[in-house]
Amino acid sequence: MSTPDPAASEDIESEEAQRERSLQERLKVDRAARWPVGIFIASSIGWLVFGSLIALIASIKLHDPEFVADNAWLTFGRVRTVHLNAVAYGWLSTVAIGIGLWVLSRLCRVPIEDHRSLALAAILWNVGNGVGIWGIFRGDSTGVEWLEYPTYAAPFLLVSFTFVILTAVNLIRKRKPGHIYISQWYIMAAFFWFPALYFTAHGLLILAPVQAPAQPPINWWFAHNALGLWFTPVGLGTIYYLVPKIIGRPIHSYYLSIIGFWSLAFFYAWNGMHHLIGGPYPAFLITASVVASVMMFLPVITVAINHQLTMFGHFKALIYSPTLRFVIFGAMSYILVSFQGSLMAIRSINNLTHFTHYTVAHSHLGAYAFASMVFFGGIYYIMPRILEREWPSRWLIRLHFWPCAIGIIIYFVMLSWGGILQGIAMNRGEMPFMEIIKTTMPYLKWRSIGGTLMTIGHIAFMASFIWMVIDRRKQGSEPTLFAKRTTQDTPATNASDS
Amino acid sequence: MKGRFRFIFIGFMLTFLAAWIGLVVLPVWGLGNFKQTPDPKTGEMIPPEFTALEERGRDVYIANGCIYCHTQQVHSARNRTDIVRGWGKRRTVARDYMNHGVAQLGSMRTGPDLSNIGVRNPSETWQLLHLYDPQITSPGSIMPPFRYLFTEQPIGSDGTSADAINLSGENAPREGMEIVPTEKAKALVAYLQALKLSEYEIPEAAAARIDSKIIDSEIK
Ligand code: HEC
Repeated sequence: MSTPDPAASEDIESEEAQRERSLQERLKVDRAARWPVGIFIASSIGWLVFGSLIALIASIKLHDPEFVADNAWLTFGRVRTVHLNAVAYGWLSTVAIGIGLWVLSRLCRVPIEDHRSLALAAILWNVGNGVGIWGIFRGDSTGVEWLEYPTYAAPFLLVSFTFVILTAVNLIRKRKPGHIYISQWYIMAAFFWFPALYFTAHGLLILAPVQAPAQPPINWWFAHNALGLWFTPVGLGTIYYLVPKIIGRPIHSYYLSIIGFWSLAFFYAWNGMHHLIGGPYPAFLITASVVASVMMFLPVITVAINHQLTMFGHFKALIYSPTLRFVIFGAMSYILVSFQGSLMAIRSINNLTHFTHYTVAHSHLGAYAFASMVFFGGIYYIMPRILEREWPSRWLIRLHFWPCAIGIIIYFVMLSWGGILQGIAMNRGEMPFMEIIKTTMPYLKWRSIGGTLMTIGHIAFMASFIWMVIDRRKQGSEPTLFAKRTTQDTPATNASDS
Repeated sequence: MKGRFRFIFIGFMLTFLAAWIGLVVLPVWGLGNFKQTPDPKTGEMIPPEFTALEERGRDVYIANGCIYCHTQQVHSARNRTDIVRGWGKRRTVARDYMNHGVAQLGSMRTGPDLSNIGVRNPSETWQLLHLYDPQITSPGSIMPPFRYLFTEQPIGSDGTSADAINLSGENAPREGMEIVPTEKAKALVAYLQALKLSEYEIPEAAAARIDSKIIDSEIK
């Protein structure tokens, strides 16, 4: 990152001139990002709210099976699937593209030029998601977990992502000379990994399906790495960019960040087979993933040390900075979810948690408490800069943060607990199946409560976003913070002072 | 690290490629070419292929997302209770799935495993009633009702149709009407009846049985 090196500072004047120049540069970059990045972010929020409402239906159905039961489109097996795809591809992937491109553009110090192709990409991406979801609703699901979009949705996504990659490559190629910051590594890698994963899996599982016994390994390799090599690196790249920006201090250790990147690249890609522990597969195949999964302690610990030491002594900033609060919530969840994931891949623990709601809780800790929270933080940071306008109300931001934070904690704690009880019950052979269902019932209801809170937060977020976009009055005003800034070493989070 | 992006790019694509070979190419090569074998007793080729009707049933299974609550994989008795629960006589092995088209192994057990539901409960009457409303056969179930796979029709002049399902009490159809399964419901039940994964004496069956202590003692 381009934090000026104090030792290299020349006389005061030229430093000021330098600052002015980089400010102008950033303004240009942000203005150029307004439309392309803005469209991706705006549509991702639409999918988020849609995905949450659908999730609520699915959650209620699990403790009240008669709830909207007579409509084929709304049967559990479809709404649950629509929810997964809407949030994985509609929300997380869309926002990852938006934020990823913006961070790249900032760090390469090159304004995004391909406005037309990116607008087309955004449209195609949303059409692809819309068509895919419509397909699942009407019963055209492919039956492959995480890849349920029917074949006719894939071409839209393929073409769209091609444009996205072209833009990213363009930014990298035209980048201003200098250091390549770790966020650029993560985001570029993710932009290549994701399509490689998606089209390998889509090709071998759906277009020209391999024989059924070979499908689940590919399926779980894809599903696990959609998290590991797509949301995770974009999320980490975002954290690595935003945290130093907000607290005004460079990342603690450059070398740790490099070790973190390569160990993630090396080990994460081998994950996935642990979803098949105990299944009809040769042990060595599964062991490969178990080992890789446990080795994930390495990148996670390096990232954890690095983030926490960067933050050390600056936790006060959490009091006033909305961005930081979301991002740090996400960063801490990342540590938690990764440790948990490594443990869950160990056979004896997996034996308890596999096939239960514990796994569902775990994936929400990853996709929501980590990835979504980080991306929320990213949106709070980016929007004022590309719109040159502030967030309209700190109350709406609070109404976003607290219900979501409390909601996901309820969701995670209760469902994990219910999942453990479910696992214990399932592993007691004499326990009748109906008893297992009864055991989980209270926790399934708690899930609906947590989910309702999260949905309330998302609606507040959408309201806040729409208000910001249509109301021009907050042009260039003071940043919207939770409280007055207390420390001096923290640059503002408002548009004119990035 | 000045401007050495190409270097980084090659690096992260190579790490990806390594895993791609290990977890995609190898499984396709090692697990994607099973052939049927003759049954040692009858000489029939096993595991059998689905009939056209059963295959349509599988599509109904997929379209309605049964996989999100039901697995189709029996685990060994060494660390799970699948065998004790009667979900199969032996654990399933890769070859068992060779004719499945789209593998439906699943990852969630909100409901019981269905690998061998065709053996455990082959009754068409039960399956149809259960699909129509699980509360009839299994009170307290959280499986959704699939009433939309049935239609209501007036009872014909020659009495109730042969395939009308037998509903009473609060589920009873209106006066002069009957509830019959659609083609989809029938196909789905045919598919469920065909799920007998642990039954076939494929070459791996004996070894798979050894994993299952209970069955071990039965064999002796
Ligand atoms: C919301 C989760 C859920 C979904 C979706 C679901 N089931 Fe179930 N299923 C259950 C539960 C729970 C049970 C156990 C209680 C019962 O018998 O109803 C069960 C039981 C069964 C049984 C009886 C198993 C036995 O051992 O007796 C069959 C057969 C079955 N389901 C078939 C299906 C089919 C076919 C579909 C898709 C059309 C489906 N289920 C969808 C939850 C689900």
